[in-house]
Amino acid sequence: MEEKVKDITSDEQQEYVINMGPQHPSTHGVLRLVVSLKGEIVKNIEPHIGYIHRGIEKMCESITYPQIIHLTDRMDYLSAHINNEAVCLNVEKALEMDIPDRIKVIRTIMSELTRIQSHQLWWASFGMDLGGLTCFFYGLRDREKILDIFEETCGGRMLVSYNCPGGVMYDIHPNFQKRVKEFIKYFRKILPEYDQLLSGNVIFHERSKGIGKLSLEDAISYGVTGPSGRASGFSCDVRKHEPYSAYDRIIFKEILHTEGDTFSRYITRIDEMWESMNIIEQLIDNIPEGPYSVKMKPVIKLPEGEYYQRVETARGELGVYIISDGNKNPYRVKFRSPNFVNLSVFNHITKGFKIADLVAIGGSLDLVIPDIDR
Amino acid sequence: MLPEIVALNTSSSLSVPWWKVVYDFLPLTQWIDSSLHNAMSPFWTTVTEMLIIGVLILLFYALVGLFLVYAERKVCAFMQNRLGPNRVGPFGIFQTIADLFKLLFKELVPIKNADGFLFNLAPFIVIIASFMAIAAIPFAKGLHAIDLNIGVLYVIAVSAMGVIGVLLAGWSSNNKYSLIGAMRSGAQIVSYELSVGLAIITIVIMAGSMQLSVIVEAQRDGWFIFKGHIPAFIAFIIFLISSTAETNRGPFDLAEAESELTAGYHTEYSGIKFAFFFLAEYINMFIVASIAATVFLGGWMPFHVGPWEGFNHIMDFIPPFIWYIGKTFFVIFLMMWFKWTFPRLRIDQLLTLEWKYLLPINLVNVLIMAFIVLMGWHF
Amino acid sequence: MDKIQLGEFIKSIDQDLEIKEGKQYLEVIVPALKLYSLAKQLRDKKEAQFDYLFCLSGVDYGQDLGVVYHLRSTIYDHVIVLKTRTADRENPKFDSVSDIWKTADFHEREAFDLLGIRFANHPDLRRLFLDSSWGFPLRKDYVDDINIVTK
Repeated sequence: MEEKVKDITSDEQQEYVINMGPQHPSTHGVLRLVVSLKGEIVKNIEPHIGYIHRGIEKMCESITYPQIIHLTDRMDYLSAHINNEAVCLNVEKALEMDIPDRIKVIRTIMSELTRIQSHQLWWASFGMDLGGLTCFFYGLRDREKILDIFEETCGGRMLVSYNCPGGVMYDIHPNFQKRVKEFIKYFRKILPEYDQLLSGNVIFHERSKGIGKLSLEDAISYGVTGPSGRASGFSCDVRKHEPYSAYDRIIFKEILHTEGDTFSRYITRIDEMWESMNIIEQLIDNIPEGPYSVKMKPVIKLPEGEYYQRVETARGELGVYIISDGNKNPYRVKFRSPNFVNLSVFNHITKGFKIADLVAIGGSLDLVIPDIDR
Repeated sequence: MLPEIVALNTSSSLSVPWWKVVYDFLPLTQWIDSSLHNAMSPFWTTVTEMLIIGVLILLFYALVGLFLVYAERKVCAFMQNRLGPNRVGPFGIFQTIADLFKLLFKELVPIKNADGFLFNLAPFIVIIASFMAIAAIPFAKGLHAIDLNIGVLYVIAVSAMGVIGVLLAGWSSNNKYSLIGAMRSGAQIVSYELSVGLAIITIVIMAGSMQLSVIVEAQRDGWFIFKGHIPAFIAFIIFLISSTAETNRGPFDLAEAESELTAGYHTEYSGIKFAFFFLAEYINMFIVASIAATVFLGGWMPFHVGPWEGFNHIMDFIPPFIWYIGKTFFVIFLMMWFKWTFPRLRIDQLLTLEWKYLLPINLVNVLIMAFIVLMGWHF
Repeated sequence: MDKIQLGEFIKSIDQDLEIKEGKQYLEVIVPALKLYSLAKQLRDKKEAQFDYLFCLSGVDYGQDLGVVYHLRSTIYDHVIVLKTRTADRENPKFDSVSDIWKTADFHEREAFDLLGIRFANHPDLRRLFLDSSWGFPLRKDYVDDINIVTK
């Protein structure tokens, strides 16, 4: 099996190859970047991935559909709930089941809480990467409140596995609505503090405006979705284009900016946090009564065929493609993960900028490595 | 050792009640000097005095270093909504000592292809530079180790020697990351030297002398930052910014940015050598803060407002040493505040800030100050 | 365009292509040789403008190896699925579409890594996750006594 080995040792005397190895404070997760520099300017970045490849797609071929949920938690662990929802929706669509409203609303509220929590962690680590170390503590302090809410209802803080085909695992805790409303009230006061600390800072503007521009054509061609794509003007919000769960009955804006640089990616996520709070507020008081789970057969077998479900995770569009041959195990499961695609654009937008910008761009793309490697 | 003293008191007892020493250390130092002179020959007196001063400065250095590390951790923690060290000793005050022990016990990892002599020399150069600068700072009235007539120039020149240590550390580590970090740091320090010097020149124009004791005395009827109003205030701001950049602190700490190049020029150092770099950074911050306090805020001079005798008398009640420490720690607090609030600047933005913004503003400011002094438009 | 119009459009490009109506999207079975030209036309023609490739999966069909392309148009919002197969398990080869949609670059590398499918004219076809000592794990006939536990 011959492989084309790329010769990265360059003949030019000026080029300098640096390894930002798998263990590095600012590549979030085990990502190895081999960076060719000329002085301070980045000439080429080559990501080496696979350090956390667990063969999830292969594993899915030998387990049952409810068991796949637990594996999806561990892909993009910051959007765990939304990943679970993707598989559940796919299975329910294949079985042509009608899901009661209560389940849809609960799933939507949980998804939006997950989105806020993921963006909080992103903000914390982005600020820390750029040198404003205080941001880390503020972001995580507020994220703890959401994690406590998750723990009370779902049993888990980050890896929740709360969804299952046919509904959710347990009904929401009696305290749930009260705590979520308290959190929204608290966070609405805190989010302007984030703006004061980072968004309004002139040093931050200098470090992020005009850095790492991604044009609209490139965003579509590379398939960059999520806040990174919407910051370039690519209208790709799955919640708007193919609404699932309770998204078709609420009013919310799709945040689009046009510049496509690091600053717009940053502002898009901050605005998304505001929008998520609006969505939760519309739903939290009107959770319909009903069952929290629909009775399913003990062994779930999807009819023969191919099914594709798209959801909007905190980082982009997650696609779950299931090929079923009628057995209780799927024939082939493919996860189209948003981070995988976002990584492929990293090299393209960083060419010509400096090392310090590399860190800023990597932070603004918001990569979660286990999602890339699956 | 005490060149400016007019009369030498040769009696062997203190000429003032002991509690007045706090307000003016001169009788105390004269008493010690005369006792030693009575006891031994001039040569040995000088040597003993030098030893005493050396030991005192070492002690001061160590204590201030310990305290500043603890203060930084506490200030940083309170800004980040947490508590900071609070286990080791009451309120965690022995935390730094525990850290020091840990660093002393660490293995000094030898580097294979590093230039051994330079590698070991670098931390010492950095420490020696900051030692030499401390010697010239007036701590209180009469507590002034060397009162050179080019005091300010001496301090700036000597603290600039630290650059050599940084560059040596980066080069001799035989490590790409360290080299990049050291180069950046060197460029940064050398650029901001200019702004520091010019900001101080602004005040020297007003004071008329570079000698630190004369500068402090000239602020008897008001601190320079108030007497020199606009240009002095601008110079103070520029001095604060430039000196944070000089000491590789705050938003200008690209050379040791942990999240970018894993600790920069002191990546390869461990144990006591790392402790030296670490300590030298804090002491440099202290030196720079004390220069700011001395030159702009009056040094050990209490807060006097020109003609208000009664008010001045009340202010004099607090010993000058306390004033000095208070002002210095206020400036240090400002510097810590910056560091934990702002994100980092990129190296080219840093240099742009200096060469395109600070330097022109500084030059214009010097002109304005000279004009004001000529016309007598200051308090 | 809805599914019927899409079907007619595909027929208008090439009469011999087999069109199947899947449960969700319209599926087009394309022989490996016609893949590249069809893909290019799907992106370039004004009525179609499929500019967003949102999923490229390699599949092992038991006897054949295949690739499934999910395409979407951001302008008209319609979706089409292209499927190709080859019976050659020793040396499966398709044309790379990475110059049409740049996202195919990484996806095709992943297909090569996990299934062994080669793509001609790919700028840099290397293994992505695994190193060369692994076989092609996602194939159905992959046997690994040490790492895989089977009942």
